[in-house]
Amino acid sequence: MARIIVVTSGKGGVGKTTTSAAIAMGLAKKGHKTAVIDFDVGLRNLDLIMGCERRVVYDFVNVINGEASLNQALIRDKNCNQLYILPASQTRDKDALNQEGVGKILDELKKDFKYIVCDSPAGIEKGAHLAMYFADDAFVVTNPEVSSVRDSDRMLGILASKSRRAEQNEEPIKEYLLLSRYSPDRVRLGEMLSVDDVQEILSLHLLGVIPESKSVLNASNSGMPIILDEKSDAGQAYADIVARYLGEDKPHRFIEDKKGFFGKLFGSK
Amino acid sequence: MSTDPHKTPYTPSALEFKSSTFSVPVLVLTSDDLIAVEQQLQDKIGLAPEFFRNSPLIIDLQEINKKGYDIDVAELTEVLRNSGLLPIGIRGGNVQQNEQALDLLIPVYSIHNVGASAETQERKTITPAPEPETDAADNISTTLITQPVRSGQRVYSSGDLIILAQVSAGAEIMAEGNIHVYSTLRGRALAGVQGDTEARIFCSDLQAELISIAGNYKISEDLDETVRKKPVQIYLQNHTLIIKDIV
Ligand SMILES: Nc1ncnc2c1ncn2[C@@H]1O[C@H](COP(=O)(O)OP(=O)(O)OP(=O)(O)O)[C@@H](O)[C@H]1O
Ligand SMILES: [Mg+2]
Repeated sequence: MARIIVVTSGKGGVGKTTTSAAIAMGLAKKGHKTAVIDFDVGLRNLDLIMGCERRVVYDFVNVINGEASLNQALIRDKNCNQLYILPASQTRDKDALNQEGVGKILDELKKDFKYIVCDSPAGIEKGAHLAMYFADDAFVVTNPEVSSVRDSDRMLGILASKSRRAEQNEEPIKEYLLLSRYSPDRVRLGEMLSVDDVQEILSLHLLGVIPESKSVLNASNSGMPIILDEKSDAGQAYADIVARYLGEDKPHRFIEDKKGFFGKLFGSK
Repeated sequence: MSTDPHKTPYTPSALEFKSSTFSVPVLVLTSDDLIAVEQQLQDKIGLAPEFFRNSPLIIDLQEINKKGYDIDVAELTEVLRNSGLLPIGIRGGNVQQNEQALDLLIPVYSIHNVGASAETQERKTITPAPEPETDAADNISTTLITQPVRSGQRVYSSGDLIILAQVSAGAEIMAEGNIHVYSTLRGRALAGVQGDTEARIFCSDLQAELISIAGNYKISEDLDETVRKKPVQIYLQNHTLIIKDIV
């Protein structure tokens, strides 16, 4: 059975698109046929992060309006032939998407793909609503600061009451916490919330912690999802996240600060 | 290549009728004095302004008509709308009142077909869906919630409210009766919202933004450090909120 994953947050700029690109690539590299959809109509940038911006012919809105078929619009990734990208439109406004059209496209994708990753726009308005409405799983991307946590909480309420699963009284969406841009040094200085603080407020299953890392910016500048940079800490964090999501048992990393982390590493060996 | 429905031989259906049951508050009027009605309405709304803003409402005139009073439905509607309420039906009215309602495009319901109240009698387990319960005096039910109540969600119970999960900051829970939270209470909790001064709030970890019983409230800042993050009960004594450990 295909599964629809929404990558959502409420607050903007927390790392949804970075995460969508990374986990879609991670799932595809594990051999699962995966599609990643940019729901951020008007501001598309998933194609930039995926490095396929120069191959966009048709987009999500064209497919919804019947101006192109899904096959015409899907772009096959240059690094992994199990991965396809459905870009957003840059020229339409947000109202170009509608629930029925989105539902039809997802149904069609479900016949052919194992995972469908939906990169949500920020906010809790229509675009974010459509991105989460049909989801089976939600990756809630949160930064370790109060306003991001509050917005995630808000989004969790919406997932629990306004999604298709909620409306049809089905089993609720499975919710996972991805704590991103985490910096143990700054937690220690009291400038950021700790993993425990965030967990206590949200009481949500932690899928992984992604450290604040310069490698993320480098990766997006070169149009390569960060997970392909296997040497980078953030890339490894996303690889762990994909593995955990697929049921592998991986201990959490990147929670302690560097000294503590290495200390622990040497201590345990 | 947009599809033109007039040219395609097969027209997909554009609509469908479905039957659904909604819970809507019922306003039972007991006086024909519109000034008093407006005043008391304002007082009630003041207790939970967010909850009542743009709330749909059924007007119930049964009591008034029993007493032989009369009321001008147009004027009443005006008062309600000015208070931010949206009347969507009338019941228990006489012929003239019903006609007046229909002139105002307000549907008339018979007092007997207030559907499904027998089914809703049983105890409900719901995920937080901020819909008001039917306010029939004979239908005071306990609302049980098993999922977290998240920021931005509101829950209202016309009876007691029992919550088995956390209530987040930015969430609002309200009950005409008591409130029990068997987890951390970080949001706003208002018990006895229709004026029941006997109502109490119980929670196993008090970190609330606001607590209120029958309109007597305390905000987070006023909470004493000795009770913060503790299991407590909150009740009213001589118009003062008492917060006490439960051990
Ligand atoms: N782990 C990280 N370390 C450092 N920078 C990061 C990390 N994750 C994301 N960023 C940076 O944060 C910025 C926002 O990331 P991204 O575009 O993925 O967020 P978003 O949630 O999709 O934003 P929007 O709400 O605008 O869609 C980008 O500049 C990205 O490079
Ligand atoms: Mg984005």
